[in-house]
Amino acid sequence: MKFFWEARKVILPAVLVYLVLKAIFGFHLVSGYIEQITLFSFIVILTSLGLNVIYGYTGQFSLGHAAFYGIGAYISAYLSKSLGVESILGFIPVLFLSGVSAGLVGCLIGVPILKLRDDFLAIATLGFGTLVRVILDNSDRFSEILGGSRGFVGIPRITNLELAFFVTVFLILVTRNIIFSRYGLFWRCVKNDELASQAIGINTSRMKLMAFSYGCFLAGIGGALYAHLYTFLHPSNFDILKSIDFLIIVIVGGMGSIVGTIYAGLIWVGFIEGLRIALPADMLDLRWVFIPLFLIGLMMWRPYGLIRKGG
Amino acid sequence: MLMKIEGLSVNYGAIRALDDVTVEVRQGEVLSVIGANGAGKSTLLRTITGIVKPVAGTITFNGTNIKGLRPDKIVRLGIMVVPEGRRIFPDLSVKENLELGGHAIDDRSLKKELYTLILATFPRLKERLKQHAGTLSGGEQQMLAMGRALMGNPKLLLLDEPSMGLSPIVTREIFSLIGLINKEKGISMILVEQNAHMALEHSERAYVLENGRITLWGPSAEIKSNPGVVEAYLGV
Repeated sequence: MKFFWEARKVILPAVLVYLVLKAIFGFHLVSGYIEQITLFSFIVILTSLGLNVIYGYTGQFSLGHAAFYGIGAYISAYLSKSLGVESILGFIPVLFLSGVSAGLVGCLIGVPILKLRDDFLAIATLGFGTLVRVILDNSDRFSEILGGSRGFVGIPRITNLELAFFVTVFLILVTRNIIFSRYGLFWRCVKNDELASQAIGINTSRMKLMAFSYGCFLAGIGGALYAHLYTFLHPSNFDILKSIDFLIIVIVGGMGSIVGTIYAGLIWVGFIEGLRIALPADMLDLRWVFIPLFLIGLMMWRPYGLIRKGG
Repeated sequence: MLMKIEGLSVNYGAIRALDDVTVEVRQGEVLSVIGANGAGKSTLLRTITGIVKPVAGTITFNGTNIKGLRPDKIVRLGIMVVPEGRRIFPDLSVKENLELGGHAIDDRSLKKELYTLILATFPRLKERLKQHAGTLSGGEQQMLAMGRALMGNPKLLLLDEPSMGLSPIVTREIFSLIGLINKEKGISMILVEQNAHMALEHSERAYVLENGRITLWGPSAEIKSNPGVVEAYLGV
């Protein structure tokens, strides 16, 4: 309860935003498509926030974030389909379990690879991402339901506005609390200077592992929400390109900025999906001209992201 | 005897960085380790603090074997290091840097006592508590790095090249502070320096490290007048 009372300054506006969205969707002022991408943007924010904890706050460069998003998505879909979950109440334990599973996998893979530095870590996480993609492509060999390269079909649609919105807001608050706790401070120390952190007695490998696992946990929750929003999963949704999407959102929003990640997530989804509506069908590919131009411009004028002006 | 290092050898890949090094640190003394660039001085400190794992030898601190312990465990036993190049956290305030130095201490009143004591020792830091540590001058950053290490209530303080990048005047100021801390608080120290002149001046005993081996040791006054040392390190 204390947690909610302390966060009242965030919760009140969040409830307002929820009511506005509820009214807009309730009166069908926007199309079902817009409704869906709005929910999707919350999922993207949550997953990117996970990467921001790993990379933005703790300085561990990961190119495999989408793999954990995928692990959460597939595990949740498998659980809800094999257990016959259809209600939100039944889904919440599945959601939690998927996040924990992604976090555990992150922890297991983190033990050997988080010893690596910068570019070596990038290659190792890239390798892990590719491995997960290959496993998902061949997943029908383990269980027919998973669908392999044909995709996982027939997942119940459970993710609605309430679930996506409040899970995201809740986990943003939890993350904010961790960031302002002593662990958050240690994470930033490790990013700032690993050697100095060791010199003052911070267990740097444990801190890195903690941040990595927590970031993967958030990705797993995001993946589970995603699976039950779109009801269809395909391995290609969880490859390196997806990881780069999350990375771009973290960089655009600003390393180590929660508010930045929220804005960048909204802008990213709005931009890609918005251009899909704004551009005529035969010019749709031009999106991939505008977006890179936007990124190049941003890096030139705002190298520290949308929120922060200077280093 | 506060610490005893015996037969310590460290390899970096195929290169032997330390070879059969034996060093003793007595309670309350300042011990200096001098040597040229690449002689293995920093490696010695990194091995004591647990960052580098030795291939042979023992390190006993206060009667317990600390070889192979994790760096954070070694800090909790009372060995703190002031790293080469100071390594303060530039984005954090001076106060936060100091508090981080004492994060492993659970006793609140001890923490408060140390904090007051450190600010009394380094009054320049007291004026800049809220400032970002990155905005401090080189000498002030060195003071902060020392203050941060002292916040961990060390029994043994390791100083890695405290004079690096500082002007002669500031270096003298830092060294007199080092002497003050040693005398007033009785903290034993290992002083690793390229500036052999300053190091020998401010220590009771010294070890000379050459290509990973200890070639000479004894009271600093004797080392200072050793013809080989004069020629190689004091450049007279």
